[in-house]
Amino acid sequence: MQGIRNFLKTFLLWELLQGLWVTLKGLFQRKVTVNYPEEKTPQSTRFRGLHALRRYPNGEERCIACKLCEAVCPALAITIESDVSRDGTRRTTRYDIDLFKCIFCGFCEEACPVDAIVETRLHEYHMENRGENIMNKDKLLGIGERYEAMIAADRAADARYR
Amino acid sequence: MWDWSPLRDWLSGQITPYWTFPLLTVVQALIVMVCIILVMAFYTLAERKVIGWIQARKGPNRVNLLWIPGAGQPFADVVKLLFKEILIPADASGFLFRLAPFLALIPALAIWAVIPLSPQHAFANIDAGLLYILALTSMGVYGIILAGWAANSKYAFLGAMRSAAQIVAYEIAMGFAMVGVLMAAGSLNVGDIIQAQHGGALSWNWFWLFPLLVVYFISGVAETNRAPFDVAEGESEIVAGFHVDYSGMAFALFFIAEYVNMILISALTVVFFFGGWLSPLDGYLSEDSWLAAPSFFWFGLKTLVPMFSFLWLRATFPRYRYDQIMRLGWKALIPVTLVWLLVEGFMVYFHVGPWKGHL
Repeated sequence: MQGIRNFLKTFLLWELLQGLWVTLKGLFQRKVTVNYPEEKTPQSTRFRGLHALRRYPNGEERCIACKLCEAVCPALAITIESDVSRDGTRRTTRYDIDLFKCIFCGFCEEACPVDAIVETRLHEYHMENRGENIMNKDKLLGIGERYEAMIAADRAADARYR
Repeated sequence: MWDWSPLRDWLSGQITPYWTFPLLTVVQALIVMVCIILVMAFYTLAERKVIGWIQARKGPNRVNLLWIPGAGQPFADVVKLLFKEILIPADASGFLFRLAPFLALIPALAIWAVIPLSPQHAFANIDAGLLYILALTSMGVYGIILAGWAANSKYAFLGAMRSAAQIVAYEIAMGFAMVGVLMAAGSLNVGDIIQAQHGGALSWNWFWLFPLLVVYFISGVAETNRAPFDVAEGESEIVAGFHVDYSGMAFALFFIAEYVNMILISALTVVFFFGGWLSPLDGYLSEDSWLAAPSFFWFGLKTLVPMFSFLWLRATFPRYRYDQIMRLGWKALIPVTLVWLLVEGFMVYFHVGPWKGHL
């Protein structure tokens, strides 16, 4: 009996008609398209995008070359070399992030004891030449300076939950 | 559709009468072809829009035409394809590779010669119209097979083989469905087939030949290699199937052929089962109302319904597996048509249907 019912359901295209009804309803549902460059979806303060190196308000680099980020990086995207600077502190002489290797997991930011390396909300960037995927120290500090206000505001907004 | 006599008179004044007929035919053919290709262009847009809507998207809305967002998309696509290089693989069979797109497109356009667009305008009113349609729909598959073979690629070849087997299987069901229409009309002339269905929406063939309508439309979808029967293209399995090595306008010709075939199957469904240019209100409204009169308006309006169904089916169903296609074609559709032909035979014999007296 069940077999006959199943056969009839298939033979009379009942299942297919049910499917068609679902898509027909879909035809009139609210459209969720966002016209991207003009409209954008809301973004979390925790968004993990392009990296930046921060400075203290007095202009001093935060990074102390502890290399925890380099150690924790699962994609081995970070390369650090360090030396003693003129004022006797330990500083990085090289801080490279290969954006092609990076998986944007945010572990470097979590590992950093001084909040030096951060991931900003920037995700609309591109490269035009080979080699531009390597973010060196200058570029990272530059991004940090330029977007310090946004970075600081995002950290402040998220501070309660850390 | 329109009256040709002013053009004919003017032409016969300009040139010798001997050339009037061929010239007029060429002009008519050009007009019909351009109209169909324009419809096809906007059909591609409609496809992307409808599928977008069903998936809760807006569809193309960037290229504006007459301030309608997205309406210019077909023209943008054409310009893009025109500027692309046509690549011919080094090991391809050059002549056949170039010939195949035309073999796909020409039958698709040629069938329109016998489709009566309105009571006044049948481009070629030939008596064996149905046979002509059957013959030319089968021709279309040569383009696909040659494309798959000439490209010298395994993917293309697989696609072509699948397409060939599928079309052979579904052509039979389609032919049997047409036999049902033929029995109802008692004529192979497409105009007569429509005329035999006169008298309002309920005396069209779809009511009495409903199983044949379903079979015909499903076979039509399979014949045009559309989803859910698009194993010949099978993006996820064999890249793009038979046209994997085609680019630019050569690819566009296959694309045009496919969409023209879809419009054609829609038009044929309307002609065979929904009374062609007959009005659904015929017999319900007074005779002199234009709504009750047969016209191109009704033909166009009715053709839009199966055209929409093509897109609707594509947005709904996943692709059939190859053996499922074969099973459906041979073990479901053909038996259904055979049984219904028998039923129809009894109906004709015992004068059950609306069609009477011609057997």
